[in-house]
Amino acid sequence: MEFGPHLILAILEGLVQASVLTLTALGLSLVFGVMRVVNVAHGEFFMLGAVFAYGVANSIGGAPVVGFVAALIVAPLLVGVLAAAADWLILRRLDHDPERTIVATIGMLYVIQQITLMTYGPDAHPVTPPFNQRIAIPWFEFTDKGLEFYFPWGLSTTSYKLFVVAAAIVAGLGVWLLMARSRLGLILRATQLDRETALAFGIPVQRVYALTFGFGAALAALGAVLVVPIQQAHYLMGGDPLLLSFIVVIIGGLGSLRGTVLAAILIGMSNGIISVFFSPTLAKILATLLVAMVLVYRPQGLFGKKPA
Amino acid sequence: MMLEVRHISAGYGKVQVLHDLSLGVKAGEILCLLGRNGAGKTTLLKTIMGLVRARSGEILLEGVPLNDLPAYKVPRQGVGYIPQGRRLFAELTVAENLQVGLMTRGQGDEVLEHVLTMFPRLRERMDQRAETLSGGEQQMLATARALCLRPRVLLLDEPTEGLQPSMIAMIRAAVVELRAQGVAIILVEQRVEAVLEVADRVIFIENGRNALEATPDDLRANESLVHRYVGV
Ligand SMILES: Nc1ncnc2c1ncn2[C@@H]1O[C@H](COP(=O)(O)OP(=O)(O)OP(=O)(O)O)[C@@H](O)[C@H]1O
Ligand SMILES: [Mg+2]
Repeated sequence: MEFGPHLILAILEGLVQASVLTLTALGLSLVFGVMRVVNVAHGEFFMLGAVFAYGVANSIGGAPVVGFVAALIVAPLLVGVLAAAADWLILRRLDHDPERTIVATIGMLYVIQQITLMTYGPDAHPVTPPFNQRIAIPWFEFTDKGLEFYFPWGLSTTSYKLFVVAAAIVAGLGVWLLMARSRLGLILRATQLDRETALAFGIPVQRVYALTFGFGAALAALGAVLVVPIQQAHYLMGGDPLLLSFIVVIIGGLGSLRGTVLAAILIGMSNGIISVFFSPTLAKILATLLVAMVLVYRPQGLFGKKPA
Repeated sequence: MMLEVRHISAGYGKVQVLHDLSLGVKAGEILCLLGRNGAGKTTLLKTIMGLVRARSGEILLEGVPLNDLPAYKVPRQGVGYIPQGRRLFAELTVAENLQVGLMTRGQGDEVLEHVLTMFPRLRERMDQRAETLSGGEQQMLATARALCLRPRVLLLDEPTEGLQPSMIAMIRAAVVELRAQGVAIILVEQRVEAVLEVADRVIFIENGRNALEATPDDLRANESLVHRYVGV
């Protein structure tokens, strides 16, 4: 394939990755921002989302659309409730101490992974996409007759991939609306800014934390449900999203949702593009290097503001 | 008594700050607390708010114990708090800060309207972020935020710290107006002259203990008392 069409293909791949990563990283960023908790189990909530999606879609049967829509609603909800319960039962008892919660979420990571292995098993399972039309993309050429369009072989995407991008945009806007415009968003932001004063104004901080932890996990699960018709559900699939989300949150500036979205698009796109042209490993090496550079030269993140 | 603190002990970790401290304040009364830096004045207010847990003793609001409640329920009983250093939600706008105060007890626009008539300068700055306000405006916002929950009891921790005289007069006027409305007020202050002008009663705190209770007249008559407990 020529460079132009190849690049378009890579950008499309990157867009899909960026979409899923945006949702996953938003979840991690929200939890860190509001609660100051580094959730090492975040990738496992992603994995649980995919596994539950497989479970729901499979047990419902009928047309793939029905199973998928059910998974899209049930899996994030279930993961959210589980995470909120984990916060209430475990992290709350540690008083959400930043250091002790790291250890606790590492423990959660292994427990979730092993229970999944014991019940769901070691195999990967696909979820049938609800729709999956191939969409050919035209390219152009200058000939002696002027500009001409044609459909290069292999330059195509699927309707499902476009749906993933659209769904992520809708969900991302939803999160923004929730945070910036709703009463609940105001409560979350106030809690994030000053936990003690929030308490002194009647905000039940412990419950807000459980809700935030659940919501953050549900966002990861939502990303996973979207991706599972493209990638299969597997009990070890949480590692990459965790690593990439961490990279995104650090590059975007800890606790900044806008920075998180921008960094997720940057990392997702470049990851997709480099993976197509070179290799996924190189993509990860470069992203990790970028994190190291950011930590050294701009610790507040590329998009975060300087601490006062 | 509107608010009664009975034999409270409290502290942080192994350090005990308050020792068997008691006081009470009636509706429509201003009780001033004086004491040296580190005496435990802020700790006392935090203990009333449930932010620091009382280890023993009781805190009663019109006879109903507050110290068994989780901290977030204390303001919902009508206890407004203006913390030392203001503690505004820095990145939220003026309007959002006030909204948090209104939410505490589900107050609506009439209350907001009333509070904004007391502090008209805030009305012009509703969409400005709290951190960009001047010091005086920040103190107005901290006060207004607490008034948004229509408190029965108001706790003010050094509200005039770092303010110029005109601002201090404004805060004082607000406090006196609230007293007239029947709010029970506990005012922590460093500046003795300011205390003498508004206080109905004064309690000195020394090393987390009750040291002396007096009226402003007592203190005017006997300045050595002030010297002894506040050391100015
Ligand atoms: N979070 C905390 N952890 C441990 N010790 C604390 C904490 N907050 C206050 N203290 C200690 O408790 C004591 C009383 O402090 P507090 O802030 O109540 O004094 P204060 O009377 O308000 O003083 P100031 O006039 O300087 O505001 C001090 O010795 C202080 O060091
Ligand atoms: Mg103090």
